[in-house]
Amino acid sequence: MKEKKVRSEARGGGKIEQIINKYQGDPSSLIQLLLEIQRENRWLPNEALKKVSKTLGVPLSQIQHVATFYKAFSLVPRGRHEVQVCLGTACHVRGGPRILDRVEEILGIQAGQTTTDMEFTLETVNCLGCCALGPVMVVDGKYHGKITPTEAEEVLKKL
Amino acid sequence: MSEITLQIDGREVKAEEGMTILEAAQSAGISIPTLCHHEKLEPYGACRICTVEIEAHGRTNLVAACLYPVEQNLVVRTRSEKVDKTRKVLLELMLAHAPDAAALQDLAQEYGADKARFGKESSFCILCGLCVRYCAEVKKKNAIGFVDRGTRREVIFIPEITSKECWDCKECFPLCPTEALQATFLLTKALMSPSPPSAPESEE
Repeated sequence: MKEKKVRSEARGGGKIEQIINKYQGDPSSLIQLLLEIQRENRWLPNEALKKVSKTLGVPLSQIQHVATFYKAFSLVPRGRHEVQVCLGTACHVRGGPRILDRVEEILGIQAGQTTTDMEFTLETVNCLGCCALGPVMVVDGKYHGKITPTEAEEVLKKL
Repeated sequence: MSEITLQIDGREVKAEEGMTILEAAQSAGISIPTLCHHEKLEPYGACRICTVEIEAHGRTNLVAACLYPVEQNLVVRTRSEKVDKTRKVLLELMLAHAPDAAALQDLAQEYGADKARFGKESSFCILCGLCVRYCAEVKKKNAIGFVDRGTRREVIFIPEITSKECWDCKECFPLCPTEALQATFLLTKALMSPSPPSAPESEE
């Protein structure tokens, strides 16, 4: 298990380099490039940003500016599974906070944190645009509507 | 270059096409307060303290003098009830961030701004961007930049560049309209963080 993790990280490192090299010297492709690293690696390590800065000729301060501006980017490691619990108005009145409480209890972390084994990252969101399905929990991009705390627990246990 | 005539505070002022209201006013010796403006830098329009009232095509409007280009027959009022009120609120908002900034206090006295009107949120920074823009446009080092957005937006030194460039420059410090000390603090913090390769142990 450990060995597999180490190997996959090493592979990820090489992939970041490949992605950066693909965009040789085109400053306007900064966001596209960062998105691709984010997708591959689940977060943007500082070392990668330095490499991006060198290859694209974009100052590091500007890359930081962009990377902190968009929520799609993360500058801290994120878990293998992303869990989002909606606390928008509709989900809130339909019991979103209770779902969140249960998920926090199961994972042992607060919203915005990542479990120490790097398996889960928990976030709250303000509206997912499907209020009729409230309360909504999204796990790795899959929407679970009209969910109960018990069902939320089942979804997480199945992963 | 065609010449343009406009009216500022009831006076006829001649200006060249492409000038801003602020430049036209300054050439005529009319003062408009500014905070984020700097001669060597591109106009930015961050602080809005240079807001003036203009009258063109039968309408009045509030615009930033440092950005708005002059127009033929434009009527500009640098002080009016509306302008003064706008500047007062702007100052009160900025004072919530930097209550002890000398530049702000002078203006506050003139416009009757109450520094305690809004809850204190001392960040010492009004996000005028002078330091960031000076570093990028004049020094071309980009050692300092904005991060995050909205209410969490702030200015930081990038340790990797700061450790190489900033010790001998520090030209951004005197530009700061609030607290140059804050810049020092941020600089030190950046240098203390674990990543810079060759940060000097201590200066003094």
